Amino acid sequence: MNTEVKHSSTFSPATLDLVKRIIARYPAGKQKSALLPVLHLAQAEFGGWLSTETMDYVASLLDIKPIEVYEVATFYTMFNLKPVGKCVLEVCRTGPCMLRGADEIIEHIERKFNIRDGETSADGMFTLKTVECLASCGTAPVMQVGDHYIENLSCESLDEILDRLRAQQEQKAS
Amino acid sequence: MRRQLLLKDINVPGIQFYDVYRRQGGYTAVEKALRQMSPEQVTEEVKLSGLRGRGGAGFPTGLKWTFIDRKSGKPVYLVCNADESEPGTFKDRYLLEHIPHLLIEGMILASYAIGANTAYIYMRGEFRWIFPILERAIEEARSAGFLGNNILGTGFSLEIYVHPGGGAYICGEETALLESLEGKRGNPRLKPPYFPAVMGLYHCPTLVNNVETLATVPSIITMGGVEYARIGVGKSTGTKLISASGHINKPGVYEIELGLPVEEFIYSDEYCGGIWKGRKLKAVVAGGSSVPILPADLILKTAKGEPRLMTYESLAEGGFQTGTMLGSGGFIVMDETTCIVRNLWNFTRFYHHESCGQCSPCREGTGWMEKVLHRIEHGEGRPHDIDLLDDVAKKIEGKTICPLGDAAAWPVSSAIRHFREDFEYHIKYPEKVKNPKHFEIEPLVPRRHLETA
Repeated sequence: MNTEVKHSSTFSPATLDLVKRIIARYPAGKQKSALLPVLHLAQAEFGGWLSTETMDYVASLLDIKPIEVYEVATFYTMFNLKPVGKCVLEVCRTGPCMLRGADEIIEHIERKFNIRDGETSADGMFTLKTVECLASCGTAPVMQVGDHYIENLSCESLDEILDRLRAQQEQKAS
Repeated sequence: MRRQLLLKDINVPGIQFYDVYRRQGGYTAVEKALRQMSPEQVTEEVKLSGLRGRGGAGFPTGLKWTFIDRKSGKPVYLVCNADESEPGTFKDRYLLEHIPHLLIEGMILASYAIGANTAYIYMRGEFRWIFPILERAIEEARSAGFLGNNILGTGFSLEIYVHPGGGAYICGEETALLESLEGKRGNPRLKPPYFPAVMGLYHCPTLVNNVETLATVPSIITMGGVEYARIGVGKSTGTKLISASGHINKPGVYEIELGLPVEEFIYSDEYCGGIWKGRKLKAVVAGGSSVPILPADLILKTAKGEPRLMTYESLAEGGFQTGTMLGSGGFIVMDETTCIVRNLWNFTRFYHHESCGQCSPCREGTGWMEKVLHRIEHGEGRPHDIDLLDDVAKKIEGKTICPLGDAAAWPVSSAIRHFREDFEYHIKYPEKVKNPKHFEIEPLVPRRHLETA
C-alpha cells in the first residue's frame, strides 16, 4: 500500500491502519477487492461524498487505475458523487414500503424542506435520497440515516425524528 | 407452536453472544462434524436432508456442494450471500442481526465439506450496524477455537471475513456478487464458462450460498439429514423463513414448516394475523417481487381447487398460468384498495434502476416498461399499451445473461394475466386514476378467476 499520496486530506492514521488490515483479507495481488470497503471509509471520512480527488486517492492507495475506482463508484448507489447535507435521509420507495405509505413520507420531506429527490435543504442539513428496498419491509415505511434504519415511519413521527436529527447534528457541531 | 430450527433460540437473551449461543448447544454440530465425520459425510447429510437454496432459486444445496472442483489445485472459497435485496425479503437480516453464530457455525461446516480455508460474507452495505455484530461474533468464535488455524486440533483451518456491498440489487446474483467481491461493477458473468463451482472468485472453485441456507446446516448435522427431511412435504423439506409484509396485521419474519396452508399463514394469529383494517385480500406476491403475482382466489387455492400450501411445488402448481414460486419467501400481501398497476410500476422502476445495463433487452426493456406503466398509472395510457407491455416483457424473458431480465418480466406478464381489468380501468378512466389513491376511494372488485360451470 502506497501511503505517500497527495490528497488535500489523507485518511487518519487509524483509518490507514484499518485499510491495511482490510487489504490483508484478500489474497496477495487481489487488493482491488478492498475497493468497496475502502470507498465506504473514504465517504465517511471525507464529508459524506466522493470527489474525483478522493477517488484518485483511493486508487493510489490500492495501486489501481483511477478509472477502476470511477466505474465502481458510479455503479453502486450508496456512493454520493456530489456534496450532500449533514444528514442524508435515504427513504425506501420500493413496493412493500409504498404499500404502507412511503409515498406520503417522501412527499412530506419534499414539502417540509422544499426539495426534490436528490436535493439538499437550504440550510445544508438534510438531503433527500430515495433508495430501493432496504430489506426492512416488515417495519415499513423505513429510511436509513447514517448507520441506522428508522422504521415504522409515519408523517406524525417524522417531524419529531427530523427535529431530533437536527439537534444531534447541531450538538455535534458545537 | 410448530417446530423451529433457525429461530428456536432467537428470543433467548444474549443469544447474539458466543457464551449464550454455546450454552444453548451452539457449535456442537461443528464438534460432531470435524471430529467424527469426513467432509464427504457432511455433504452426504446435506444431500439427504433435501435442503434447497433459500435465497430464491431452490436448487438442492448438497448437490451444489458436490459441484465444487476439488482437484484443481487452486484454493476453494466459500462465499455467503448476505446481499439480501429482493423486495419483500428481510429474513437474512434477522438472522445476521440476532443470531450471527448460527451463520458462522453453518459456514464452518460448509467450508469443511468443500475444503475451503477462506470464506467471505458479502453483506449489503446498508446493513451498517450489523458489521460490528458479525465481526465481534467472528472474533468470539476465533477466541473459542472454532475459527483460525487447526480448529479443534483437527488440522482444519478457516478464516471468515465480512465484506460490504455498495448498494446494488444485482449483486445478489452469484456471479455478479463475485465480480463485486473482486472490486468491480456487479455485472453478471456468462455461464459457461464462469460456473462458480469451477471458475468463481479469482477464477477459483467457489461455493455461494445464502445466509439462511448456511444457517440451516448446523441443524441438519445435529439431527441428521434423514430426520431433517421428515419435516415438510415431499421435495420441500424442513423449515423456511418467510418475510411477511404489506397489508397484514402482523408483518414480520416467521419460521414455518414447509407444507403450511397459505390460508393459515395469512389468516392465523400465529402468523400474519389476517388483512389489516378489516379489509379483503386482493393479491399476494409470494416469493419476493420477482415472482408472478396471484389474485386472492389463486393464492389460497390452486386452479384445481386444492388448498395451496407453502411449498416449492404447491406454489408452482399450475405453472405461470395459475401458479407462482416460493422464491426467497418474501410474502407481500395486498388488500382490496391496492392498485396493481401502481405496484407494478413501482416494481418495474426498481428493475430498471437495478439493471446492470449489460444486456440490451433488460437495460432498454425495463426502461420501456417503466415508461409505459408510468403513463398508464398517471392517466395517460393508450389502449394499445397493455399488449405493448406484454410484448416487451416477453422479449426480455430468457434473453439475458442473468435472471434479472426474467425477474423484471414475470411480474408484468402475471399482473396483466390476472388483473387485466385494473389496466383497462386506468385507460378507461384517466381522470379517476390521476388521484394516486384511486382504489382506496373506490376499490376495483376483481373479476372471478377461472369461473367454471
